[in-house]
Amino acid sequence: MPLDQSFAGRSYPPTEPYLVGREKIREFARAIGATDREYHDPEAARAIGYSDVVAPPTFPIVFTMSSSRQIVDDPELGMDYSRVVHGDQRFAYARPIVAGDALVCVNSVEEITSRGGHDFLTTRSEVTTDTGEPVVTVWAKLVQRGEE
Amino acid sequence: MTDVFEPQTFRVTRADLVRYAGASGDFNPIHWSERFATGVGLPGVIAHGMFTMALVGRAVTGWAGAADAVVEFSVRFAKPVPVPDTDEGTEVVVSATVKEITDDGHTRLALSATCQGEKVLSLAQAVVRKR
Repeated sequence: MPLDQSFAGRSYPPTEPYLVGREKIREFARAIGATDREYHDPEAARAIGYSDVVAPPTFPIVFTMSSSRQIVDDPELGMDYSRVVHGDQRFAYARPIVAGDALVCVNSVEEITSRGGHDFLTTRSEVTTDTGEPVVTVWAKLVQRGEE
Repeated sequence: MTDVFEPQTFRVTRADLVRYAGASGDFNPIHWSERFATGVGLPGVIAHGMFTMALVGRAVTGWAGAADAVVEFSVRFAKPVPVPDTDEGTEVVVSATVKEITDDGHTRLALSATCQGEKVLSLAQAVVRKR
């Protein structure tokens, strides 16, 4: 069954704030082999104008992938996650994520298309602080492969 | 088009994927179980696409000289990166060319990532603010 295209434009309630920990940023930076001092050393981050360590560019995936399950797991949408592969990923940053941020995601369905028996779902997560300061916008295109 | 930095080679082993799974929270078994990966038709365990994107991000921030320089960053995952269960694992090679200077004065880079000579990303680009 193709995905219900009427879901395009649908928006979901804001997520509970994700609290960005200094050690989580360090752990993520170590896992990708990134040794930049600003990811590890609060003093180095303060020297470039941030209150604590900053996160590498792809760090938002730590919470946006799970928060967008809000959409993917919506039973009305009818997605079969076992047939889903990651197609595209895009980030547009207002500023880097900084340890201590409390981040809220507002997830929406930007686009649903079908082509060649496959369905394409683009999710969009507007990530702001819990006081409404824009931080990053994250898009993921998920491909639901056609059934064999 | 000249490369903006020397192509950078990143070694990727199974241990890297396990560490990335833990750090990112992406525990999809195609990234750690040979049995599961081959069962769904993959050649074997493959790297997280987001791990490959993170390596490209390292090359970009390294070139920009600042951890906070990336304004936009996007990729399409074109081909999987198979990671054999060996000490050597595999290698991802990242290169970049300047595509344009944007109206904001930022640099738009066209990015490339290859594994075993095959392009694993397409439409990959980053907009970078040079300090």
